[in-house]
Amino acid sequence: MDVDLDVLDITRLQFAVVTIYHYFFVPLSIALAAATAGLHTTWHRTGRDRYRRLTLLVGKLLLVTFAVGVVTGLVQELQFGLGWSSFARAYGDVFGPVLALEGMLAFFLEATFLGLWYFGWGRLPRRLHLATIWVVAVGTLISAFVILAANAFMQNPVAYRWDEQLGRARLTSFTELMLNPVNLAAFPHTIAGAVMLGGALLMAVGAWRRWVHVPTASGLGEPGEPESRDDHEQRLAFGTLARVGAWSTLVGGVLVALTGDVLGKVMTQVQPMKMAAAEALYTTTAGAPFSIFAIGSPGEGEPFFSLDVPYLLSVLAVGDPTATVAGIDDLQAQYAEQFGPGSYVPVVWMAYWSFRAMIGIGMLATAVAAAYLWATRRGRELPIGRPDVRRALRLLPLLPALPAAAGTFGWVFTETARQPWLAFGLTRTEDGLSAGLTAGEALAALGAFALAYGVIAVVWTRLVLHIVRQDLDAEALAAGERDEEDPTGRPDERTGGRTPQDADLVTTY
Amino acid sequence: MDLITIWFALVVLCWVLFFVLEGFDFGVGALSPLLGRDDHERSAALRTIGPFWDGNEVWFVAAIGVTFAAFPDWYAALLSGLFLPFVAVLVLLAGRGVALEFRGKHSGAAWRRRCDVWLAATSLGVVALLGALLTVFVRGLALGADGEVHAGPGVGAGLLRTLEPLATWQALAGAVAAVSLAVLLGSTFLGLRTTGPLRRRARRVAVATASAGAVALAVAAGISGLTGQGPAPLWGGGALVLLLVVAAAAARREALAFVAGAVVVAAAVVAALTAGGEVVLASTLDPAWSLTRGSAAASSTALEVISWAGVVVLPGVVAYQAFSYWVLRQRVTSERVPT
Ligand code: HDD
Ligand code: HEM
Ligand code: HEM
Repeated sequence: MDVDLDVLDITRLQFAVVTIYHYFFVPLSIALAAATAGLHTTWHRTGRDRYRRLTLLVGKLLLVTFAVGVVTGLVQELQFGLGWSSFARAYGDVFGPVLALEGMLAFFLEATFLGLWYFGWGRLPRRLHLATIWVVAVGTLISAFVILAANAFMQNPVAYRWDEQLGRARLTSFTELMLNPVNLAAFPHTIAGAVMLGGALLMAVGAWRRWVHVPTASGLGEPGEPESRDDHEQRLAFGTLARVGAWSTLVGGVLVALTGDVLGKVMTQVQPMKMAAAEALYTTTAGAPFSIFAIGSPGEGEPFFSLDVPYLLSVLAVGDPTATVAGIDDLQAQYAEQFGPGSYVPVVWMAYWSFRAMIGIGMLATAVAAAYLWATRRGRELPIGRPDVRRALRLLPLLPALPAAAGTFGWVFTETARQPWLAFGLTRTEDGLSAGLTAGEALAALGAFALAYGVIAVVWTRLVLHIVRQDLDAEALAAGERDEEDPTGRPDERTGGRTPQDADLVTTY
Repeated sequence: MDLITIWFALVVLCWVLFFVLEGFDFGVGALSPLLGRDDHERSAALRTIGPFWDGNEVWFVAAIGVTFAAFPDWYAALLSGLFLPFVAVLVLLAGRGVALEFRGKHSGAAWRRRCDVWLAATSLGVVALLGALLTVFVRGLALGADGEVHAGPGVGAGLLRTLEPLATWQALAGAVAAVSLAVLLGSTFLGLRTTGPLRRRARRVAVATASAGAVALAVAAGISGLTGQGPAPLWGGGALVLLLVVAAAAARREALAFVAGAVVVAAAVVAALTAGGEVVLASTLDPAWSLTRGSAAASSTALEVISWAGVVVLPGVVAYQAFSYWVLRQRVTSERVPT
């Protein structure tokens, strides 16, 4: 390879692309699994068909999303050996048990019980069947907690002993590893972000089908056409879905802010440099202001204009308006003394802007959800005749992109502002690389994953659009379900007399 | 037994379960467009693996994860030394998983046909690659003193660095054997789980593959008996078990045929993984640089910490997976139900 690209840079880029992509689908799976379980439970309790139909719709979205999460997760599992084998050797003692346990505790549960749920309609006793989807939901939480503990270790290494002779970390306590203070703060924050994203998707689907692409007897039609009883029922169901989604986004948004505040305080303690970079705060300041917005280039070391809220940074970072917040220059001097000469400053503009993008975009999504809830409060109809309302509604399908972007910026901030460290204070990023890897190979892997993931993203999007355009009547599973309720198994005109197994084929394979 | 041996056994167990379980769903994926004459029949074929494939694939995650936990150096050397082949495995697995799961969520005929083709192609590709990779476990890699494969003397240049280990006749034989065994498992599984035309055709495929396999193994046993090279009793035993598969499949004893096929796969995987004895990954450059169970192992604290998981969690996993197979044991009808 005579291309002048550094194998380290390409491998980092490849890791980032693949991980961020996994993380588009993971929070969706977490939230959709919980939503499916909740809807299924509501149907189980109330017996109202509306909830059964919504359960099937959301369950289908869960299945296709989960599949992408699974296949991209496989890549994650091997990543540490492929491009980062020096890291894998040095931290295998710590990371290996985490990955092994995640698989054994969580992935088996999720995969097996999701299959049981989807194929178990009519074959499992109703309560047991309901329990299977809850097992899936709990499984997703377990896997998130366990894997975030691995990431928390890289932010704030705990529960290890450094073996000088071998140059390796040795695990000392698994419990301590799991209960890393960073993990205890990051886990609720991440889950709250997932609830936002899942809620935004459900809100977009529900509101779109409730107000724009409404079900009509002639298929999908324009609002205002005469509707049948079933169309009416479907519109109500979609209206419910939209409000459930909006509430999730709103509540998730509030929780994300509250937990993010805690996470920020923990981060200020364990990685003061990261929070200083997030604020582009060069000099140590008492009663530091929070910069909402800047013009100029934070990070170039030159003065820049910044719109500040006095004392807020001290409050956010420490919880006291007059507290002293360490600045980049002092921290650099301190680290140079502690770890030897070199730069310990991450890319400041990236930290500064990704932190603001995470917060700003996330809060925008929260505001949209709140506005929708307000406009449709107590069964109010939206004035869909008004052009501005129609225009706003047409933008709704893009809503899920907001929390997804917020989450991505959150990770970009977390991971890039940890640089130059791979595991903070222990190993630098360049020391984790696979020793034999060449730039050509890293580029080939980057290209292969980018291409495959690009195609999968397009196909996934098309499939989701197809699913949400269907009428809310999954006849196949309805047949399976009816089989429970009607032990005589009489042919039913709704399914054209198909048997449950036969009907399964129509929608499942 | 010490913890290292136990964990080595556990790694082998995970690989065996992966190759047996995902082996049949790879086989079904590859066979469905061949055996299913129309969309309905292909749907029926895939319906037999629909609830299980993901759970089966997690055995791959478990095998890799347990290897990482118990033998970090093995994990590191294997994956970085076979960088490009493993990237290919991952890309193929990604295409396969989504083709399988996306197919049935759309009613368009063109969509479903495209998914069928992708599923079959990726299933075949990934089985062949994995079969070839298993032979590397036996033959080793050009590991240097640091446990890595470096471009240099005796190692391919450029992208060939990690592709070359697969460019051997052994790897080719491994690929062919893996595809045949996956087809064998897939066809016996289909016979076990369907009724009607699919069951009939699956039986024919099972009989044909098992017969061909028995002949090939008998020849191999003969050659190795005459030349004194290779494990003649192993080949011979394999041929006998495959004859049992032929007989059982022909007699419609599909469960027996499937189990016998699974035994062959399991034996092949165990043989490949234990061929080196204490050596888990040989260095083809210098035996002193080979990875052994002891040299690749994690610290005893790490092994102890994860041991409870192996003891407490894995039996539970096996139990609930078995439960799911049992709940969904009903045969899938591949003939059209008259309405
Ligand atoms: C919908 C997504 C979302 C939204 C709206 C927010 N966050 Fe966030 N944030 C994440 C999604 C996220 C994340 C993707 O979940 C991260 C990445 C790593 C992590 O642990 O969580 C994260 C990281 C992260 C970190 C860095 C932690 C680290 O370095 O390990 C801090 C300090 C905050 N967040 C704080 C906030 C605050 C104060 C917010 C709003 C008021 C906020 N976040 C909104
Ligand atoms: C257990 C979980 C995780 C671990 C162990 C981990 C570890 C790593 C490692 C080893 C690198 C490469 C070295 C580097 O460039 O810093 C990296 C980079 C990166 N990761 Fe993470 N990561 C985890 C989770 C995530 C997630 C979920 C995301 C986001 C979706 C993410 C986003 C990134 C990004 C954007 C980079 C590139 C940073 C850069 O190149 O400067 N990480 N992480
Ligand atoms: C830090 C953020 C991460 C979270 C919250 C997370 C969580 C999850 C969840 C909930 C799933 C279930 C399937 C799905 O949601 O689609 C999943 C799948 C998977 N994840 Fe991630 N993951 C993260 C990052 C990683 C990393 C860094 C790895 C690799 C070490 C990884 C490995 C896997 C694997 C192997 C699967 C497939 C499981 C299966 O076959 O069912 N994940 N992940």
